Amino acid sequence: MKQPTHAPGLPVPGLDVETIREFGPHRAYASELRVDTGSEPENHVKTHCCFCGQQCGLKLKVRDNTVVGVEPWYEFPFNRGMLCPKGVKRYLQQAHPDRLVSAYERADTSSGFRKLGYEEAVARVARAIERIQSEHGRDAFAVLSGASLTTEKTYLMGKFAHMCLRTANIDYNGRLCMVSAAAGNKKAFGIDRAANPWSDILGAEVVLVAGANVAECAPITTNYIWQAREQGAKVIVVDPRITPLARTCDLFLPVKPGRDTALFNGILHLMIENDWLDHDFIESSTVGFDKVAAEVKAWTPRRTAQVTGIAEKSIRQAAEWWGQAKTSFLMHARGIEHHSHGVQNVLSTINVVLASGRIGRKGCGYATITGQANGQGGREHGQKCDQLPGGRDLGNPEHRAYVAGVWGMSPDDLPQPGVDAYEIMRKAHSGEIKGLLSICFNPVVSLPDNNFVREALSRLDFFVAIDFFMSETARYADVVLPGSLQEEDEGTVTQVEGRIIRIQKAVTPPGDARADWKIIQDIAQALGRPQGFAFESARQIFDELRVASRGGVSDYSGVTYERIEENFGVFWPCPDQTPEGVPPPAPEGTVRLFEPGSWNPVAKGNGPFYFPDGRARFLVTPYQPPAEDIDADYPIILTTGRVVSHFLSGNQTRRIGPLVDHAPEPKCELHPRLANKLGIVEGDWVTVESRRGTCTIKATVVSTIRPDTVFVPYHWGGRKSANQLTISAQDPISKIPEYKVCAVRVRKAETAPKYASALEAQQ
Amino acid sequence: MPVPEKNEFFVDPGRCIGCQSCVQACTECDTHKGQSMIQLDFIDRSASTQTVPIVCMHCDSPTCAEVCPADAIKRTEDGIVQTARKPRCIACNNCVLACPFGVPKMNTGMNLMMKCDMCYDRTSIGLKPMCASVCPSQALAFGTREEMARLRPNAQPLNTFRFGNQLIRTKVNVMAPRTSSEDHVDVTAAMYEPAIGHDVLDDVFAEEQP
Repeated sequence: MKQPTHAPGLPVPGLDVETIREFGPHRAYASELRVDTGSEPENHVKTHCCFCGQQCGLKLKVRDNTVVGVEPWYEFPFNRGMLCPKGVKRYLQQAHPDRLVSAYERADTSSGFRKLGYEEAVARVARAIERIQSEHGRDAFAVLSGASLTTEKTYLMGKFAHMCLRTANIDYNGRLCMVSAAAGNKKAFGIDRAANPWSDILGAEVVLVAGANVAECAPITTNYIWQAREQGAKVIVVDPRITPLARTCDLFLPVKPGRDTALFNGILHLMIENDWLDHDFIESSTVGFDKVAAEVKAWTPRRTAQVTGIAEKSIRQAAEWWGQAKTSFLMHARGIEHHSHGVQNVLSTINVVLASGRIGRKGCGYATITGQANGQGGREHGQKCDQLPGGRDLGNPEHRAYVAGVWGMSPDDLPQPGVDAYEIMRKAHSGEIKGLLSICFNPVVSLPDNNFVREALSRLDFFVAIDFFMSETARYADVVLPGSLQEEDEGTVTQVEGRIIRIQKAVTPPGDARADWKIIQDIAQALGRPQGFAFESARQIFDELRVASRGGVSDYSGVTYERIEENFGVFWPCPDQTPEGVPPPAPEGTVRLFEPGSWNPVAKGNGPFYFPDGRARFLVTPYQPPAEDIDADYPIILTTGRVVSHFLSGNQTRRIGPLVDHAPEPKCELHPRLANKLGIVEGDWVTVESRRGTCTIKATVVSTIRPDTVFVPYHWGGRKSANQLTISAQDPISKIPEYKVCAVRVRKAETAPKYASALEAQQ
Repeated sequence: MPVPEKNEFFVDPGRCIGCQSCVQACTECDTHKGQSMIQLDFIDRSASTQTVPIVCMHCDSPTCAEVCPADAIKRTEDGIVQTARKPRCIACNNCVLACPFGVPKMNTGMNLMMKCDMCYDRTSIGLKPMCASVCPSQALAFGTREEMARLRPNAQPLNTFRFGNQLIRTKVNVMAPRTSSEDHVDVTAAMYEPAIGHDVLDDVFAEEQP
């Protein structure tokens, strides 16, 4: 095992007690103004939750520049007032004692940081960027961004990297989240968006959920699925754990982690064998079926059962229900996407959808469940390493010319495509990248094999983090700039269905904190490169984005803030110009993709899919095992995921008291049979060990998980972080890391870990 | 203003996903900020992810009120059993011990019994209670009987519960399968059923597990 090294003065993971004492995470509860029943809110701000990709509508209750609570927004059609516990308690992140209200710089103090004036901090950042880029080349300074930012900010981050810094190296935390689905959808459909609105779940005869812990990670979707079942749908769940949704499903397929392609190849095999195919659709609207049919010929039910660990009869039942349905909805999430073959897994599900012909119609749906707040919008407008706004490609000369024209620069001055987020860490580790700016990203918790990530960050010449709390990652920064919470700025995000919605400002940023886009513009100004960074409002940024996206696949040109507000959101694509004879999109935009006869700018009327011939692609999906399979030394599969009360790296939710109380600390789930073998009982401290790290946490013994697999949620940092264990193997196409499978051994710990007495549960 | 008669409360534990959204929302109420009147827990987490939310059932003849020596618990004409009146409640715990559903809780700090009043501040002005508003799986739902019949054609609301020889009718309904011929829920009978403990995984594995 690699031994982590730490530069002097940098935090030792989980033991930087003084830093934690000053910056938290501490738990906030309602107090003072928030419990004062005598005072009425001055304002109810209609906006959305700051957490997951569902983006539930809600009203923030505001008084004295403080968000004092949340009220359901019953009229918003997606969730009609429904909220998960994170949405109910999200308001406690604002006016939080841990909130960064000034800039900080690394210093020889007990907490490791000292306050710094905002202007001075920005000037220091600009000087460091200037020095690193002039000494080591433009690409030696990298940018990491995030998909919880508004689309305006993600657009500006891409523009900042590509136009102001002219570095090739920008990527974003959707690299850990959405990219396998995005790549699969682009390959098969030519466009990356949920094909259907969630209302199409209702009316489906079969709802197939693959690798999605819907009840905990996308709770509002539960009601759509339950409602479909009230109307007669059969629910099939593919998961190594009996999640709350799986508990009462009609058919549960307990897939061995990492074997999803095998399962869907096996299902397609049975569809072909029984002729449960839509021949007309395959003939008229797709290409490549014959090759795929040849590939899945070998996937007999017996072989599929052997590889996936699912009983043959269950595989046959799934194929029969799926094959014979008249309507259906297939959805998947990180469970099939977080793999070194994540794109193959996604394509294998698309193959069974295309073979059924059930897409592009009411009640016939397919979608990935986007994870982050702006997981959709954040992956469209140029903060991905190979991307320009409008879903355009940085490697495409026409696309470069168009965007460079909008930005008023020469296309020759645009950098070429850069590398993905993990590769940025590798380049920082090897010394090729010397400087880093990160925003909305907490890689010390969220990237796999994070002992390596810590080393990489420690080796940087200069690291600046923009954040509203001192995240585990910001603790490695040389300068920390105080950014904005979601409720402190306005803009748009695009939620799980492809619906562009409005985020409204409810309060102003405290102290020296600024709207993130203003900070970026201040840095551009300090660098002496202000051209293109003189926006005065989020709306101005959005209006430029509309132009920059015009004619691209992700076309926002016809979307305005007013149109969004009037229609409870607008679904993209929504061009402001269509050719003669093509009707403009409805006021609410393009709600459902791939409708027969629909026009798009790529097919130009040749068919509903986004390729010149208008046809969808069947793509061959050969099964390959996970990068690290179990062996005698590491005989147990580790899979990671989320719990309902926390979000991503926990930088926000681990500071919200009532959510911490529900899920204070990570637990290792294991089956009683495995527990018996290892001599472990409920509540024991156990050490989970991989080739990359160890993690000692409490065990919970439950028969709702495969006996060959253990599960650890990843929301915690330091010594509690599941990503000390995970592997940095990545999908060769999407570059998503393989969070869902690696090999570990588990043993009962002799004593409680050191952190147990030194830190609070959430820290 | 009384709660409009047409709207009723429906509980369907089969839909519950244990997310605690109802519990968190309940603690946001102005009359008991920080305290939830709902209990939600796993039945047996070692065997299942099944959870059950317990809300006040608002009995027609509320046992809590009947056993209250101080006459602190009132049932208003709209059928809502109100939380104990602060000037009257003597914190004797009678209601806590007597309630067949185990709902009332004693707030020892305030020397006051507290229970759900079905968000009287909201429902009396036509809004849904907070828990049924936010519940992402609509295991807790608030609406008309007709709406529920339309939305959930396979389920029927029951509001009669048998505890041994005691029959209790409630304002709050529990959803049961429509195919069931029972017209009530036999609560005590269920107590002697073994825990669910379904080893469903065993049936769907292809291979021998360790």
